[in-house]
Amino acid sequence: MLGYILRRLLMVIPTLLGVAVAVFFLIRVMPGDPVVVKLRADGANVTEETIQAERKRLGLDQPLIVQFKDYMIGLTRLDLGKSLWTGQSVAGEIALRFPVSLQVAIMATLIAVIIAVPLGTLCAIYRDSWLDNVIRVVAVSGLAIPGFWLGMLIILGLLYFFNWLPKIGYVSIFEDPITNLSALFWPALSVGYRYAAVVTRMMRSALLEVMREDYIRTARAKGVYERLVTRRHGLRNALLPVVTVVGLEFAFLIGGLVVTEQVFNLNGIGKLFVDATARGDFTLIQGLVLLIATVFVIVNLLVDLLYAALDPRIRLT
Amino acid sequence: MQHSPAGGVVTAGRSDVESSVAPSAPVLEIDNLHVHFVTSHGTVRAVEGVTYSVYPGEMVAIVGESGSGKSVSALAVMRLLPPQSSRIVAGSIKFEGKSLLDLDDESMRQVRGRSISMIFQEPMTSLNPVLTIGLQIKEPLLIHMGMSEAEADERAIELLTLVGITDPANRLVQYPHQLSGGMRQRVMIAIGLACNPKLLIADEPTTALDVTIQAQILELMKDLSRRLGIAVIIITHNLGIVARYADRVNVMYAARIVESGTAERVFGRPLHPYARGLLSAVPRLDRGRAVKLATIDGSPPNLLNPPEGCRFRPRCRFAIDECMKVPAFREIEEGHFAACHRTPEIETLADADAARPEGHAGLVADDASAVLDIKGASKFFPVGGGFLRGPAKLVRAVNDVSLTVRKGETLGLVGESGCGKSTLGRLVLRLEDPTAGEILFDGVDLAQMKRSEMIAIRKKMQVIFQDPYSSLNPRMTVGQIIGEPMYVHSILPNDKIDDRVAELLQLVGLFPYMALRYPHELSGGQRQRVGIARALAVNPEVIVCDEAVSALDVSIQGQVINLLEDLQQKLGLTYLFIAHDLAVVRHISTRVAVMYLGRIVELSDSAELFANPKHPYTQALLAAAPIPDPVIERSRPRKIITGELPSPLNPPSGCVFHPRCPLATEDCKKAVPAQRELGPGHMVACIHA
Repeated sequence: MLGYILRRLLMVIPTLLGVAVAVFFLIRVMPGDPVVVKLRADGANVTEETIQAERKRLGLDQPLIVQFKDYMIGLTRLDLGKSLWTGQSVAGEIALRFPVSLQVAIMATLIAVIIAVPLGTLCAIYRDSWLDNVIRVVAVSGLAIPGFWLGMLIILGLLYFFNWLPKIGYVSIFEDPITNLSALFWPALSVGYRYAAVVTRMMRSALLEVMREDYIRTARAKGVYERLVTRRHGLRNALLPVVTVVGLEFAFLIGGLVVTEQVFNLNGIGKLFVDATARGDFTLIQGLVLLIATVFVIVNLLVDLLYAALDPRIRLT
Repeated sequence: MQHSPAGGVVTAGRSDVESSVAPSAPVLEIDNLHVHFVTSHGTVRAVEGVTYSVYPGEMVAIVGESGSGKSVSALAVMRLLPPQSSRIVAGSIKFEGKSLLDLDDESMRQVRGRSISMIFQEPMTSLNPVLTIGLQIKEPLLIHMGMSEAEADERAIELLTLVGITDPANRLVQYPHQLSGGMRQRVMIAIGLACNPKLLIADEPTTALDVTIQAQILELMKDLSRRLGIAVIIITHNLGIVARYADRVNVMYAARIVESGTAERVFGRPLHPYARGLLSAVPRLDRGRAVKLATIDGSPPNLLNPPEGCRFRPRCRFAIDECMKVPAFREIEEGHFAACHRTPEIETLADADAARPEGHAGLVADDASAVLDIKGASKFFPVGGGFLRGPAKLVRAVNDVSLTVRKGETLGLVGESGCGKSTLGRLVLRLEDPTAGEILFDGVDLAQMKRSEMIAIRKKMQVIFQDPYSSLNPRMTVGQIIGEPMYVHSILPNDKIDDRVAELLQLVGLFPYMALRYPHELSGGQRQRVGIARALAVNPEVIVCDEAVSALDVSIQGQVINLLEDLQQKLGLTYLFIAHDLAVVRHISTRVAVMYLGRIVELSDSAELFANPKHPYTQALLAAAPIPDPVIERSRPRKIITGELPSPLNPPSGCVFHPRCPLATEDCKKAVPAQRELGPGHMVACIHA
């Protein structure tokens, strides 16, 4: 088991290497010179010499292959380089934003799972009843309503009914948990609704599928209580596909919350990504892509480990 | 109840000898049961007027083809039919005099698993994969018997011992996937017996198992039912099983019971034309290919819209006008019931009709040239291994097999699942490349051929697959399916293909208009005919039939076997016939090769092999396969082979059969026995034969 985890973590290296190489060259195919964007952004009249000097300072005048070599050497020392725009270290820029995005993603996942597993199970048990129909309508709404719009409604609602708004500005949960949670709960909720909707629907269909299996019939033929049939025999088998969906959605949330972050004024990874792309900040984009690839790989590993915990047929060797 | 009790004694087995014993009360009485399924296409009348009863300690068989309602009637007893779509519209089910249909859900739950338990067909899917064996056995004990964990553990170990599972204490913490199919079915039986039920319903309990394992499981059930006085209902399509184990038989056709009686009476003197037809349509291990199979024409009716009157009328050779009225289910002789207007005259009618066409002996001269010559072929599959994982292990699926197939013959390749027979078929078709050895087709080694050269060979070799449901593309019409190989190989100009498709459809006994149909619109038997037509489309010389009739019902299976034989005569085809059913292989083959764990253990002329089997494995296979005749079955000695197929990952040393072999000695472990010719053309790989 431990050996398996180590091997899987080792496999991260070739994966990230491939991602690093691909992203390095793909970015440079993009139109737009980051230096021109940076210096002439406000229509400022900057001389060609200044631009060349800046290029030289950033090392962008070197041939592509030399730049690539420097980048790769940097990676071996876990040095992602400096942002072309701010001059700060890429790792530092990311470290500033990552906790916010990670915390929102985790909270959204918790909210989604706590809501979705019981609701999906109820749907499957009382299939086609009024309860099932109500929950399904609510779930479909969750898929249809964009998270940022729900976020705006939440902010308006808080303001209108309680005349209160979460504090702007991020405080770490370790410093002041109450302020932190009171601020981040709302974005997590607005994202978590959609998330819960996806998981509820998956939970419902997975459990319905499982309840048609032969071993469920066996359990009933043994005279097992119907509640126990669902809980002991059905639920655990039905959780497998649900875990996959939860994992995929979670990984998506790390970088995919651009608009929601904007609505709640959060300084997260999504916003940083958009800014970096608009500015042609090569080094920062590279760092962010590597981060998201790492998140995906780790989440996949966690999903596989959970699979093995749920299903004894899956042996991790 | 119209039935007179035919059995009723716990100690002895057969019921006919016990008519003097005072009958006890039946455990189960089903009276005039009607079950409907509501579907979007209309109401399916799945069970209509089924009436039978079961007495303590007897084994009652319900026989019928798929869709005849035999499983539905059993699930109705357990009240396990899907509540949304099924309705029990009439009838009564009484268990020990108590009406089960009037019980509320909670009372019914207390009956299930406690007084009546059920064993299902698929041991692979009937146990919960994520729960331990122990928990699954203990569940009914904890729920029904109020045992403590420790008591339940003790009883679970006792049950596992009872069903013949070794090392029971350690099995309790294992999961189903760690056990073989046969072991899982034993666990299912242990679960069924956990609370000492009065009635055990076994729904096709051995259909998914190999013949040697089937015999082990059924012997176990029979023995337990006798020792513990449990009444058993066994639902099956296998007439051999019925003949060997059942006291009484109910034959179902299209939702109704058409005949009922003791096994001896029903098999010895079948009264209903359907039962008669079924018995003559099944290939028998004790009969060769001299006689053609008598078949029942057509296929079972659609229960959405069944024929009026007698359901069997459209397929019945003896149907008369009166058959438009539903025949009554009458007692014809003591304890022997049938639902047919013509029972009084059935025997005279059948005798007049008995002129059965001669089967072609299909003798092939010994010196006929070899079409296929397999020389020392092996196929090893690596499993496991990979990047950072170390070297892979090898599954020796086919291990040093040599075999020739002569022009115009049918070579039967028989063995249990996992013996490598299908892999050998795939090697012959070059769907796999051999690991070692060579396979010569008309003297040319297939493995040496380039892709372009293979195309020409593929025209000469075709295949018919087992499952007619999954081997035809559902989005292509029958015409496209049959026409495709002609198009691919440019055999005919495109405008001629339609005519040829029509011709082929007629050749396999279908109609040209069916070319426009899609596979789902056809029955299983019709689909298999389409598969045969597709194989014939390129005028092949050799056809590999991989379990080509195993998925078909008995009456349909007979039709397809006859078709294959006719085509062979007409077109001079050569068949490599891969199957696990010994009776089918015996019927169709000129020569037979028996495979075990990747090796051929015996090869001989068909008649010789079945009359005079030399290898202990062949003998065990033949002993395990039941013959659909209770009289023969009772006089046959039962030598049931023990143990299961070892893992091909780690085959036993020397003779691969030695761990299960009754004759095994130390010498058997030392070297792989060479093939010896014991009679003309009779090769055996055994040092003791």
